[in-house]
Amino acid sequence: MSRAANADERNPAGRVVRGAIWAAAHLGSIVGLLVAWEVFARSGAVTMFMLPPFSAVAARIWADGVDGNLWLNVGLTLYRTFVGFLLASVIGVGIGIAMARTRWARWFFDPIISVGFPMPKVVFLPVVILWLGVFDVSKITMVALEAVFPVVTATVLGIQGVGHELVWSARNMGAKDRELLWQVLLPAAFPQIMTGIQVALPIALIVAVFAEMAMGGFGLGGAMMQASRFADSRGVFAGIVEIAVIGYCVVKGLAVLRHHLLLWHQEAVSPSTV
Amino acid sequence: MSAALIRYSPLLILAIAWQLVSQFEFVSSTALPPLTQIGAAWLDLLTSGDLQKNAVPSLYRGGAGLVLAIAFGTALGIAMAWWSSVNVVLGPLVEGFYPMPKSALIPVTVIWLGFGDGSKILLIFLGCMLPVTIGAYNGARSTEQVLVWSARCMGASRLRMMWDVVLPSALPELLNGIRTALALAFILMVTSELIVAREGLGNLIGFLGANGSYAAMYAVVLTVAFLGFAADRIYQTLTQRVLAWRETGLA
Repeated sequence: MSRAANADERNPAGRVVRGAIWAAAHLGSIVGLLVAWEVFARSGAVTMFMLPPFSAVAARIWADGVDGNLWLNVGLTLYRTFVGFLLASVIGVGIGIAMARTRWARWFFDPIISVGFPMPKVVFLPVVILWLGVFDVSKITMVALEAVFPVVTATVLGIQGVGHELVWSARNMGAKDRELLWQVLLPAAFPQIMTGIQVALPIALIVAVFAEMAMGGFGLGGAMMQASRFADSRGVFAGIVEIAVIGYCVVKGLAVLRHHLLLWHQEAVSPSTV
Repeated sequence: MSAALIRYSPLLILAIAWQLVSQFEFVSSTALPPLTQIGAAWLDLLTSGDLQKNAVPSLYRGGAGLVLAIAFGTALGIAMAWWSSVNVVLGPLVEGFYPMPKSALIPVTVIWLGFGDGSKILLIFLGCMLPVTIGAYNGARSTEQVLVWSARCMGASRLRMMWDVVLPSALPELLNGIRTALALAFILMVTSELIVAREGLGNLIGFLGANGSYAAMYAVVLTVAFLGFAADRIYQTLTQRVLAWRETGLA
């Protein structure tokens, strides 16, 4: 790796070529999968119901895009995911800071987090429906409920992991509590907090799609369930493709955001994973 | 004992608050039945056998899917780390499908395998495989080159090297990936049973909720939550035992 990097520095053209080959290899296996899907579906080994060919599914997505249903469903799913995810991030970082900084918050939240984290919170869905109904509020609550835990634990671990030297130096130079938090602790813990947030995002999407499936209505999950009830397998597979693409874009987007937010950090130098 | 009591006292306080709030009807006791009532409903479910009858298929589905996911995921991850050609072909697919919300697969597995055990096992297998794969891949890739060279120097065959060097050094990350998969298995088990199933704990929750027997519904919800928690704790204890050699090495 390091040898390749050195070669790149000496020869920028080599880097372009290498990048192109890498992208081609990446695209190649995705295209290969789609071709295999198309051929297998048309080979007659499975019925059209069990696996409609990719071309038919793509045509369906196109049609949904033209009549606007696609954008409505995608928009609603993303809206629920992101509102729940942002709530989880803000509340999670808040609780995490409180737990890392004050004794009583630690005493109160520690058992709740350590018992609640490994629980499948999705089972509380019927309870949330009972309390909040089946509309956006309960879907967003489900998303936030499941996504908040990784953020809290990452924040606590991140802040506790900040080196004593940093804290002492800041104190020595007369930093007050608030300044210490905003100018030292949070920036130093930020990579770890960001990792927790990156874990929370796919969870938020999983829960948003599931909540839509269970509660019905518009949204990608609801559309898929409706297609499934009417034995409309093209609709189901169209939903899968849409959700897979959205999941990929959203998670990649957050990784890019991390890279930009952490440009000052050492980690930005080394290539990031996933 | 008393240390544990102090540590978990917030949970106790919450439980007492719950009991009082619904006992004195600060909130509707249909929306939040008192804990005592939930306990009674739980005992009823246990004596009538409903709980066991539904827990067995759920745990069977979760267990079978998870075991398959661990077996295939580990093999795939190590193969990707070992042969770069495998990585070039499968790497983008793993990376592309990893962020996909797994719950989207529920209707598809139903189309393929119907409403029974098969579709749930397939769903849990598909959903849990990639975290295991990524754990195994990252672990195996970070095997220290020195160890590999030494093993080769001492004449280890490729298979032995895989078993004695690569697998042990991949173990910590692999076990971490499996922990993620364990949590996902519970989520997928419950969600798939809530949406489409004829039996299972998730289905029981949906059924009781639809019938308005909320105390019993809470009882099953808390049971599943506890099962997920207990499974994770047991798994962590086992992990620490398996990795005991590593702690001594590091200290």
